[in-house]
Amino acid sequence: MINKQMMTIVKKEQIAKDTIEMQICGTSIVSSAEPGQFVHINVGDGNSNLLRRPISIADVNKGEQMITIIFKVIGSGTDQLSRCIVGEELDVLVPCGKGYPIKSLSITKALLIGGGIGVPPLYYLAKQLQEKGVEVTSILGFQTKENVFYQSEFEQFGPCHIVTDDGSYGFKGYVTDLLDKESVEFDYFFSCGPTGMLKAVSKRLENHKGYVSIEQRMGCGIGACYACVVPTCDESNGFKKICKDGPVFRVNEVVL
Amino acid sequence: MSLQTTLPGLSLKNPIMPASGCFGFGREYSELFDLNQLGAIIIKAATKEGRYGNQTPRVAETSSGMLNAIGLQNPGVDKIIDNELPFLANYDVPIIANVAGSSVEEYVEVTKAFARTSTVKAIELNISCPNVKEGGIQFGMDPELANEVTRRVKEVSHVPVYVKLSPNVSNIGAMAKAVEAAGADGLTMINTLTGMQINLSAKRPLLANKTGGLSGPAIKPIAVRMIYEVRQQVSIPIIGMGGIMTAEDVLEFLLAGANAVAIGTANFNNPMICPEIIKALPSVLNKYGFESVEDAIGKGHENEHTDLSRT
Repeated sequence: MINKQMMTIVKKEQIAKDTIEMQICGTSIVSSAEPGQFVHINVGDGNSNLLRRPISIADVNKGEQMITIIFKVIGSGTDQLSRCIVGEELDVLVPCGKGYPIKSLSITKALLIGGGIGVPPLYYLAKQLQEKGVEVTSILGFQTKENVFYQSEFEQFGPCHIVTDDGSYGFKGYVTDLLDKESVEFDYFFSCGPTGMLKAVSKRLENHKGYVSIEQRMGCGIGACYACVVPTCDESNGFKKICKDGPVFRVNEVVL
Repeated sequence: MSLQTTLPGLSLKNPIMPASGCFGFGREYSELFDLNQLGAIIIKAATKEGRYGNQTPRVAETSSGMLNAIGLQNPGVDKIIDNELPFLANYDVPIIANVAGSSVEEYVEVTKAFARTSTVKAIELNISCPNVKEGGIQFGMDPELANEVTRRVKEVSHVPVYVKLSPNVSNIGAMAKAVEAAGADGLTMINTLTGMQINLSAKRPLLANKTGGLSGPAIKPIAVRMIYEVRQQVSIPIIGMGGIMTAEDVLEFLLAGANAVAIGTANFNNPMICPEIIKALPSVLNKYGFESVEDAIGKGHENEHTDLSRT
């Protein structure tokens, strides 16, 4: 159940180029947050940045009712959020959407594929998978060396391959190029990143079971306004709401 | 402090209702607050058959507002009646059904369908959606067509009909008078203003539909001006909307001549905005010397010649 609450910024750190890690502390509802869900943050003043900003949940500390978010400063909303300081309160809807349904999956080996600012939700996912006793291999793609973050954090869970578009760090190329080179065993893959990457990954791994997390410009963030819909792949001519039915979908459930 | 106000077909415990398209069919917001607090609910537009709507992106943020081009996505009137209205019938809140269409016949059919249910207490005739090629905007820009569709819908409706006016016209008063003459029981105004934003990287309009409807605080002065103008030209009640964010904004609309108001874009910024405004309204009315909501309606017209240096 979504809850609207004021959450206090307890830590803020730049962890890569234009990339901010922020820890925000709230009340009891935080403990129900699952990997793949997001927070919907009001960064405006009632006139500017009128629409909330959906930011994926990178980690949850249930004991301290704390959520970690990682975002890239891209537009006016994320710029405003990046200017908030420790001690400030944020108006947050939490937790939003449906996450990776790992509780219901029978799984022994997982492959995580993240691209850029799609990497953060995979961290909390990896943590939860490890708690379930699942072997985790990660492939994290970034544009260039200065964008790379969370390599050592992912290495705690198992093999972690870093890929950069320009080869300035790790393997040169796209995440799918690395899949061609390395043979990774897994029974489910989980991916989050730009739509182009998700398309390429879904195609490359079309014979595998997996889940993808997608993004779109959102309005309400709770399923009421129909701004962030995506067509379904089946013949029903249907659609899903990314903010409420997603942002995580089975691979080939929706049209990327 | 009485917040009650009565409109044709609607006995409102307060003058605050979510605007059509900004509140779905209420389910999502019911998880955040008790819908019984609301004066009424205007549900999302219904067409005869289900519509998928436009491609994405469907929304874009602007200075003090937003553009949307959803494209009347809805499951069709029959599914709305069967699947959505029973949920809303659990609440002690009048439901206003927004009716859209591509032809006079479709408006008539959808209105007839809503006559099957007792949950709908009034119709909002949507002749002003700017986001679909054939979505009724043609009826909202021509007084004769507006008159005709209103008349035909009035013939079949079992409940009062409020006509939602488009601000994308040169003479809003002529539109209001045309639908009043056709028998409209009330007006809702204003719908969104057609706008566009260009994505600099993609070098094309940001919205898939290219144009979208501008809403939010940016359009509030236009809404207030149009309500003020229309109030002087027709006698039917007005449900006002357009950028309301606060209880002070509500009072401004009441003074301009609105009998009640609808809250749209503000729901996206703050999903609790309707109950928060309802809670704040008595003290704002009191601060400006009003004893009730009805006491404030249209009062902005009585003091046109007050010396502003003395206020």
